[in-house]
Amino acid sequence: MTLAGSFTARRAMAGARQMLPVALSEAAYGLVFGVLARRAGLAWTETLLMSALVNAGSSQFAAIAMWGGAASSLSIVVTTFIVNLRHILMGMSLRRWLGRLRWRTSLLLALFITDESWALTMQEFTRGRTDPAFLVGSGIMQFPFWLVASVVGNLAASGVPDPAVWGLDFAFTGVLISLLVGMWQGHSSLWPWAAASAAALLAARSLPGNWYVVLGGLAGALAGAMLGD
Amino acid sequence: MAMATYATRLSGLWLVSVFPESRWLERGLRHIPGAVIISLIAPPALLRGPSDMLAAAVTGFVAARTRNVLMAMIAGVAAAGLARRVFAS
Repeated sequence: MTLAGSFTARRAMAGARQMLPVALSEAAYGLVFGVLARRAGLAWTETLLMSALVNAGSSQFAAIAMWGGAASSLSIVVTTFIVNLRHILMGMSLRRWLGRLRWRTSLLLALFITDESWALTMQEFTRGRTDPAFLVGSGIMQFPFWLVASVVGNLAASGVPDPAVWGLDFAFTGVLISLLVGMWQGHSSLWPWAAASAAALLAARSLPGNWYVVLGGLAGALAGAMLGD
Repeated sequence: MAMATYATRLSGLWLVSVFPESRWLERGLRHIPGAVIISLIAPPALLRGPSDMLAAAVTGFVAARTRNVLMAMIAGVAAAGLARRVFAS
């Protein structure tokens, strides 16, 4: 068990190493994002900015889907906030492993919370390796892949036929499925996961945007809390 | 958009210190990772038709057998590409 309060280069390297295969997969749907961004009217510079500043695949996909038509700045901000609410749940779940956290460390860690880096880090945490440097290392590794892929996709968009035909847009779902398989905790995972997916599926059909992620996450967490170990 | 995103990332880390300690919260938080991830993938995997469902199944199977994220993803993307052709025609 790593000591609480540790922050080592070794764990950061471990994070980077474990992120590498995931980052390659991210590059695949980064390309897709770039193409879709072009279709939504973004130039490569705007795509680069968006991927650099937001750095959240599913949020970005959701955002450009909504930007097809004209949208006011306010609605974009509100939508973004809602679309990213899952990060609150992610931060909370990381936090419980970290003990006392200096506010400066929080600021740093927050930069590196992505779906993928968070998922990998939670795996490590539950195995007793609680050094948050892992999150930073994995976040640093995935960032350039995401950036480069988005821009390349955007620039190459005119030459690329519909990415859906090649199944590339499935890459996002595919990576997460693989990560999810590693997270199965046996018996106790069953009902929370069932509740989460049921809530998510229902919400996806009836609510706009990414609400389904937040509701599914909450439903699963609630089920887990109520059912005990 | 960037500010809103960073704000949500930061507020989660901070928010937990606001809640009192409780076993309920412990258990709930423990299940968040799986719950959030499955919520992210269930609609795309299950609501887009048989080709994506098949691809999801292939991905899960390869992931469970090989424990290799990259291989599973490649298998899934290939399956999606193939299945979409088969089911479309």
